[in-house]
Amino acid sequence: MVTENSLSPEARSILGARISRRAVLAGAGGLGAAGLLAACGSGGDSASSENSVRWGNWPLYLDFDSDSKTYPTLVKFTEQTGIEAKYFEDYNDNDEFFGKVQAQLKLGEDIGYDVVTPTDWMAARWLRLGYTQKFDVANVPNKVNILDSLASPSYDPKRESSLTWQGIMAGFGWNVEKNPKGIRTLDDLFAPQNKGKIVVLTEMRDTIGVILLAQGVDLATVTEAQFMNAVDFMAKKIADGWIRGVKGNEYAEDLTSGDATAVIGWSGDMFILASENKGKFDFAIPESGGTISGDNLMIPSTASATGKANAEKMINYYYDPAVAAEVAAYVNYVCPVKGAQAEMEKIAPELATSEYIFPTEKTASRLHVFRSLTPTEETTWAEAFQKAQGN
Amino acid sequence: MKIGKARVPYLLLLPGFAFLFTFFILPILNLAQTSTQTPVKGGDTGEYEQSFAFSNYINAFVDNKEQFGRSFVYATLATILALAIAYPLAYAIAFKSGKFKNILLVLVVAPFFTSFLLRTVAWKQILGEEGFIVPTLRSLHIISEQTTLTSTAFAVVAGMTYNFLPFMTLPLYASLERIDPRTIEASGDLYANGLTTFRRVTVPLSMPGVVAGTLLTFIPAAGDYVNAAILGSPNTKMIGNVIESRYFKIVDYPTAAALSFTLMAAILILVTLYIRKAGTEELV
Repeated sequence: MVTENSLSPEARSILGARISRRAVLAGAGGLGAAGLLAACGSGGDSASSENSVRWGNWPLYLDFDSDSKTYPTLVKFTEQTGIEAKYFEDYNDNDEFFGKVQAQLKLGEDIGYDVVTPTDWMAARWLRLGYTQKFDVANVPNKVNILDSLASPSYDPKRESSLTWQGIMAGFGWNVEKNPKGIRTLDDLFAPQNKGKIVVLTEMRDTIGVILLAQGVDLATVTEAQFMNAVDFMAKKIADGWIRGVKGNEYAEDLTSGDATAVIGWSGDMFILASENKGKFDFAIPESGGTISGDNLMIPSTASATGKANAEKMINYYYDPAVAAEVAAYVNYVCPVKGAQAEMEKIAPELATSEYIFPTEKTASRLHVFRSLTPTEETTWAEAFQKAQGN
Repeated sequence: MKIGKARVPYLLLLPGFAFLFTFFILPILNLAQTSTQTPVKGGDTGEYEQSFAFSNYINAFVDNKEQFGRSFVYATLATILALAIAYPLAYAIAFKSGKFKNILLVLVVAPFFTSFLLRTVAWKQILGEEGFIVPTLRSLHIISEQTTLTSTAFAVVAGMTYNFLPFMTLPLYASLERIDPRTIEASGDLYANGLTTFRRVTVPLSMPGVVAGTLLTFIPAAGDYVNAAILGSPNTKMIGNVIESRYFKIVDYPTAAALSFTLMAAILILVTLYIRKAGTEELV
């Protein structure tokens, strides 16, 4: 069987030798409820000093040097521009972060960040509510480097106020011993050996997206009836004891502990799991297609003029192919920058062929984006998805 | 300056009252206010306005009666199990431990030295496929190859029992320890055997501890969501999980608020009935 999306042996060997900080912390970070309970303090930085930029990003999502405890690309940015970068790893959950800053955004008070990193659907909400600022194109010339497939999302067709930070593919992940033939279809996933040991993602658009694609539904035009039908499918699989849990990053923990043998999961996590466990796990985009979403760099409406200009310079810097390659070599998610693959050849040739970081056009054509939802849909669909998982 | 004697008790109450006002009364009022809101017409996700929709309460309850029921069943089971485990433990510490008494008490409290969450996650590992329990039970043919212990109601109730055990043990110990040994001797002098003495003397005298312990276990257990989130499955969700999901995932603040109030009211009613039945007025 062709396993074009599986890890290439080269990628396996190089990853086996690396210890990513993200992987090390995955166990501690996977506490879900723990993260929720520990989420305290408003984060950010109240002092918007003259020559700095304040960036709120997801944890373990930027190249990090554990010896010097610094972020090499950010250090270089400061050296080149003289702008001090204040980096905060406190974007843990889209809803939670939004809830934290919404009141200030409404009042137009500084939220403590000049750059935030919401996922597509949340980015759409920020834009809808007018909580962002348009880029000054002169400051972001590298904007043209964005991959064609990401250049015109429905919420920001001209990418005037958002640029993708990293792309995230969702598909099937599995334990190779229990699923020697791999998993390519929903039938493979719901095979007898996985009964009661399947975990799917809490991210509605990924889990239901993969199910919808398997049912032949186009994610760009999905209707409420089609969506509810897919939710019912999931609810039935939960009621019948096939799916043991609907989880966030903790699914990785369940795979390593043996409590789960097959999942709907994220490419970057599976990449690290596979490398850490000597090929015990694998990942593939379903035959019927997988989902792709992105986290977006955006400038909040509350950023000052200087803060905005500095933010633009930083966003521009990360859209430089060489810098983007450096980040991608560390985070292993889909790199959104054209030309980064060629740069990767220079720093880590093994990764330049990785389908996880640089999906080929053929692979990219099998990745689909969930359409944006209206506020009413957002609520009713989320409610149905939550109810299906017992909430 | 001389403070009038009559005013002293009020001044002493002041810090406590100020605290409760700020961190209990105000949030409760806010919650009450939120619970009857409805979405703004044409508004965005998370935008609600006051419309005194008391139907929120009915909808919230009807939609989630299953999870409500489950919360009370699990909390009751955990309370009964904790009592069954803690009573002999507290009894042994109070009457039979001799010079080890202090060490045993420290051991009862020792779990508090680590975070509640970490201890619960540890149970996930212990009950997981690669822990020692599952392989042992399988080799003894007590459970089948397909049976798992995590993601079950068993794991959730076990987790709650474990987590709340010290709250049961300590009040039981305090009331058992206070029993005058001479009352037990007197019972023997009056020809009661061990069991009768236990039933007629020890248990009644330890009732304040039993009531306090069961309340301290049942109340937090009924509202708990961590055990169900970490050790349970979609089929074992409790009302705390629903409130969390309504608040953070669906961004439905009114329903979350209405559910919180309903939970509070239900606990209050159950506890009042229980205290009346148990007849330990000195507690309330």
